[in-house]
Amino acid sequence: MRLAHALLALQAVASREMAKFVRQGGRFASALVRPLLWLVVFAAGFQNVFGVSIIPPYDTYIPYQVYIVPGLLGMVLLFNGMQSSLAMVYDREMGVMRLLLTAPLPRWYLLLAKLLAGTLLSVLQAYVFLIIAALFGVTVPWIGWLQALPVLVLSGMMLGALGLLLSVQIRQLENFAGTMNFVIFPMFFLSPALYPLWKLEESGAAVIHLIARWNPFTHAVEAIRFALYGQVAPLSLAVVGGCLVAFFLLATWGYDPQRGMLKRTGKPG
Amino acid sequence: MPEPSADLGSVPPDAILSLAKVCKSYGEREALKEVSLAIRPGEFVALLGPNGAGKSTMFQLLTGLFNADTGTIRVCGHDIRRSPVAALASIGVVFQQTTLDMDLSVEANLVFHCRLHGIGGRESSRRIAAALERLGLAPRAHEPVRALSGGNRRKVELARAQLHQPAVLLMDEPTVGLDPASRRQLLDEVLALRSGGAAVLWATHLVEEAEEADRVVVLHAGKVLADGPPEALRRAVGRATLAEAFLGMTGGRERAAAEPPPAPT
Repeated sequence: MRLAHALLALQAVASREMAKFVRQGGRFASALVRPLLWLVVFAAGFQNVFGVSIIPPYDTYIPYQVYIVPGLLGMVLLFNGMQSSLAMVYDREMGVMRLLLTAPLPRWYLLLAKLLAGTLLSVLQAYVFLIIAALFGVTVPWIGWLQALPVLVLSGMMLGALGLLLSVQIRQLENFAGTMNFVIFPMFFLSPALYPLWKLEESGAAVIHLIARWNPFTHAVEAIRFALYGQVAPLSLAVVGGCLVAFFLLATWGYDPQRGMLKRTGKPG
Repeated sequence: MPEPSADLGSVPPDAILSLAKVCKSYGEREALKEVSLAIRPGEFVALLGPNGAGKSTMFQLLTGLFNADTGTIRVCGHDIRRSPVAALASIGVVFQQTTLDMDLSVEANLVFHCRLHGIGGRESSRRIAAALERLGLAPRAHEPVRALSGGNRRKVELARAQLHQPAVLLMDEPTVGLDPASRRQLLDEVLALRSGGAAVLWATHLVEEAEEADRVVVLHAGKVLADGPPEALRRAVGRATLAEAFLGMTGGRERAAAEPPPAPT
């Protein structure tokens, strides 16, 4: 694989993804309205119900709105990651996937190009959300804007790779509602996005607490939270990185013509 | 002139595309049974078979979307299982189902393909302009594909399949859904490619299209029943036309029963 060829292909996949995103104006709007509802409405209503004590990385008492920003950034990445997988299923139904998979490039690279293109969109949306949150008066330290970038990229890729993996299994577009119920919502609620995990422990929900601690999304949110305050969460970063590698390898396996799961149904797209 | 149904297992040394004893099953169903076939440069080969004969399965294997259970497929000497990237670089494909992005312009679709094949910058613009000019689509380059007729969409796909100058062109029932005039045009475009040395494998269930080919390979229920020039096939089974020969070979016991048995040659 020549480098120039690889970069051209990446450019092709990314600009097509971008063009599609720009065309679907509603997608951008809903990607921003969703976390803003949580930030502006939900958080306003609940800020006096949830008392958030001082836990790292915070060194002072913080308003609830500030607490949920990292989780909402995670939500932006999670939704876009799943939507990219939806696009894969759509491409398969429309036949465009065939074109991609018959390009003279290794299949893992084509999937990586898809993943990077989706992640680019995820991270852009995350920053637009941060800007709008700042306009609503919910700010993070300046260092956080910078230090969050690599973590947002890593987390975005991990959640995108999960979407890629799911796209192997999802046969039809209609199954996206199922993805919402069985992947997005559980991942979001079983995480420290809306409340610190010690609250779960304190209320005696031991099993839920345990599941939440094993949830990759939990670690994405924590890695983002620490990065936003100029700190590093090594364990969370390691979990996110490990999950990225595992999900991506499994997805590559799933799209492999020899062993993959596509083989069973005889529908390559 | 090769004899029809000659030794199907051997691959001629100058073959640019070859299948040797290829088998493929989906679960219980055997889609291809020991299929062998070879195409030389500049040859237009029609893969003629009724619906469900295994034509699409063969194309999925030829394009590396799936791998054969057993047997070997080679493109320009590259085993598609071992070196799929090199093999795919030599193949141009027009799929049965359209694979154009309807919302992108004709040109954008072609640029996308060029980049996937590592052709960038001026070279890509030059090739795209030339291809659109040749097919008479230059004035429509900036229209979204959705605005084009079925015939013109197919032409765009044909142009796209040639942008990277492949040695082999694979066309999976490309005329399905086209009106007779568009069908004729597309066939003429592809026939004209032979002079450039391109090999073409054209899948169809229409005998009239197969009649124009240098060779016809009859595929039925996953097996190659015959392989040779249309005229030789017709004579081999002693029928007046290729259409009758085809019906006699594949026509299902039901249809064939209504007809007299083929005269011995």
